[in-house]
Amino acid sequence: MSNQVAAMSRRTRGPWAVAFAKLARNRAAMASLAVFLLIVLACFSAPLYANWAGTDPFASTLDAVIQIDGADVAVMEQSTEGLGLGYTPIGPTWRLGNYFLGADSQGRDVMARMLYGGLSSLLISGAATIFTLILGTAAGLVAGYFGGITDTVLSRFLDVLWAFPIYLLAISLAIVTISQGISIGPIEIESGSLWLPVIIIGIVYVPYVARPIRGQVLSLRHSEFVLAAINLGVPGWRILWRDILPNITTTLIVFIPLMMALNMLTESALSFLSIGVQPPAASWGTIIQDGQALLYTRPLVALAPGLAIAISVMTLNVFGDGLRDALDPRSKVRLGRD
Amino acid sequence: MKKLLLAASAAALLAGMWLAPAQAEYLKEHRGGTIRLLARSAAGTLDPHINYTDQGWQMYQPIYDGLVAFRKAEGMDGFTIVPDLAEALPEVTNDGKTFTFKLRKGIKFSDGKDLGVKDVVASFQRIFKVSGPTSGTFYAGIVGADKCLADTKSCTLEGGVVGDEAAGTITLNLTKPDAEILYKLALPHAVVLPADTPAEDMGSKPIPSTGAYMISAFDPNKGMTVTRNPNFKQWSEEAQPDGYPDVVQYDFGLSEEAAVTAIQNGEADWMFDALPSDRLGELGTKAMDQLHISPLSAWWYAPLNNRLAPFDNEKARQAVAYAIDRNTLVKLFGGKVLASPVCQVLPPDFPGHEDYCPFTKNPGTKWSAPDLDKAKQLVEESGTKGQKVTIIVEDTAISRSIGVYLQSVLTTIGYVADVKPISSNIQFTYIQNTNNKVQMSVTQWYKDYPAASDFLNILFSCASFREGSDASINIAGFCDKDIDAKMQKALDLGVTDQKAADKMWAEIDRQVTDKAPAVGLFTPKRLDFVSKRVGNFKFNRQFNWMITQSWVQ
Repeated sequence: MSNQVAAMSRRTRGPWAVAFAKLARNRAAMASLAVFLLIVLACFSAPLYANWAGTDPFASTLDAVIQIDGADVAVMEQSTEGLGLGYTPIGPTWRLGNYFLGADSQGRDVMARMLYGGLSSLLISGAATIFTLILGTAAGLVAGYFGGITDTVLSRFLDVLWAFPIYLLAISLAIVTISQGISIGPIEIESGSLWLPVIIIGIVYVPYVARPIRGQVLSLRHSEFVLAAINLGVPGWRILWRDILPNITTTLIVFIPLMMALNMLTESALSFLSIGVQPPAASWGTIIQDGQALLYTRPLVALAPGLAIAISVMTLNVFGDGLRDALDPRSKVRLGRD
Repeated sequence: MKKLLLAASAAALLAGMWLAPAQAEYLKEHRGGTIRLLARSAAGTLDPHINYTDQGWQMYQPIYDGLVAFRKAEGMDGFTIVPDLAEALPEVTNDGKTFTFKLRKGIKFSDGKDLGVKDVVASFQRIFKVSGPTSGTFYAGIVGADKCLADTKSCTLEGGVVGDEAAGTITLNLTKPDAEILYKLALPHAVVLPADTPAEDMGSKPIPSTGAYMISAFDPNKGMTVTRNPNFKQWSEEAQPDGYPDVVQYDFGLSEEAAVTAIQNGEADWMFDALPSDRLGELGTKAMDQLHISPLSAWWYAPLNNRLAPFDNEKARQAVAYAIDRNTLVKLFGGKVLASPVCQVLPPDFPGHEDYCPFTKNPGTKWSAPDLDKAKQLVEESGTKGQKVTIIVEDTAISRSIGVYLQSVLTTIGYVADVKPISSNIQFTYIQNTNNKVQMSVTQWYKDYPAASDFLNILFSCASFREGSDASINIAGFCDKDIDAKMQKALDLGVTDQKAADKMWAEIDRQVTDKAPAVGLFTPKRLDFVSKRVGNFKFNRQFNWMITQSWVQ
């Protein structure tokens, strides 16, 4: 009897519950999610940390002096030996709130900038992911469902975007927009705005989402329930909204962490090249760029954000894989060109 | 003018006589070997009539010659003009408008051809035929230059440069007297090349030369090999001395970090690029004997667009000048050993320079501290508080740091500022073009030759401003008719009385500084790092380290 009840309750569980249970059993995915959420939490606490530490992570503080074990220590230490050339920023103190990871060449607290940088990186990659998913899904739905000339035009346009090396396209768009911003009719985005990298990254990855979605919609378009709805005279938009979109939701969900990881890498690369987040704002990419000039004396300034990017991207990818296995084990969704 | 030049040449002759035995003795002992130089990239075209870079100009010194040259001597002596391919400094007639040079005999190009008057005349024409970057400025005063500038291909400079093969003379006629013409003739843009040199940018193809060395191989992606000119016989030690190394091997492509390591390991002897800031402390302690710090006639400054808000308001410009802490900028550049704070345009030890600093806590001759209260008050008075300012800087570590610092200063005094680093390859032209509406930028100016006009007239005269052009070197767009007229007067006065002219330039310097079309940040110094085996390091104020005057064995 008890076995029968258990079997019945298993039968009544919905697909989401099954997927969640499967995901919950995937230890690697759950551990990755936990680590990523910790990073997110830490980054969102950036203003609180800066306030608590009494530091302004965006202003030059070359003359700042801090106290370590009761002694005054200059944040920028001048070489006192030999010719007395150059200044070296203070190294890690390993004391939270007091230059935990040391200072950069402007005398700014690297830890505070790391948190703010992470916040920018997360916000940009998150917003770009939403932007890409909306555009990519819309393009995939329309091309796959309506077919014909619409499909041809949209697919060729996506092919053109696809044909460009991603970073080359992103760099070209960034260089064009970075100094003047974007002004199209009523839409006006000032140069230096965080929306610029969001839009640039969002656009370049549209084909990555649109093409698999189009493929799925094409196959759904010829499924019996869609053909039945068409024959019953249900309007196209309603079929797309009610019958097709729900069937591609799992794919879209799987895309979220994977796209976010990819966007985070792209954002960091653009910021490292000075065409993403603009100084004095921080992103992990700009902090690596700042740290490049200190590699010899203060390698942690570049290593810390590099490590943060690596951990974030790895956790997002592992979690994304787990999500895909849980939601749609047959899915062939992979990010990349092959 | 003529008397002055004759006295100068007599002094130069005496100095040469005194130097000669010492160098000859050293030459025997240290002559030979290969000196290895490193740079991140090549300096662009090899063509000396076109190349306009410090890196190129420095390397041309032991290779090419003009009618006159800057003396190959240490320090300020390097600013002195001496005869080079000409036997003596020119005879000046026609109220300072005609210069007659007598060409030395027996000089050969590295390809074995004899140097003749026709080569000199053709070289002057070629400056215009290849549209040399300074043909419209430095050499525009030559008779016939206007026609050459209008139609470069058929340039003859008729009546401007007249050669007499029989007498071996070249006569240069100017439209009006020019006190700085000899400086201009001593620059690489006016060196003498074989008459049959094609009238086009020679790019990577070496052009035969008259100097102690010649370029024997060049690959812009790999390096340049400079060897001894087999046809060279020293004619003037102060104009074109023989060198010590047999070969100069200049390799391109290594990063600054890698270059420092190579020099430390004795695999290279010198690097052109600035030392990475994170190695300064270590080198300043462990390799003191291999470092050479030399003053430069240069200016790091922040042009403020005088034609755009908020800096079309003089008080707003002065506010920025008061607010900037030059000591902080000096720190960012590597400390007091490598830079000194400035307020004015003309660099220290430069003709016309008289210490002056109105934008400091205690106005006077030297900068002491920023005056933020005064700056904030001026921003209030100007009515520009709260306006948006974008600072355009080069995408290099030091420029970015300066940009970020200036952004925080502008924010402190009441502006909404942001900073944009753009590629070093385009920043300098980008900030010049008015179409880009650049409000504030950070840039540098290194002298072409030692004259106050090379800073004041070039950077702040009305003629240097060109609307919508990438070549509008008056980046601030400053144009004051009274100051302009005074600059013209000073230029004219220099023809007859250079001392009085320099006094006038000092006054102009003060007037321009007061109007704050740009904010002086600091005067940099050159830091050369050489290998242990490099001896006889000599720094010439005009063209920096004299490479071939050092030995490696």
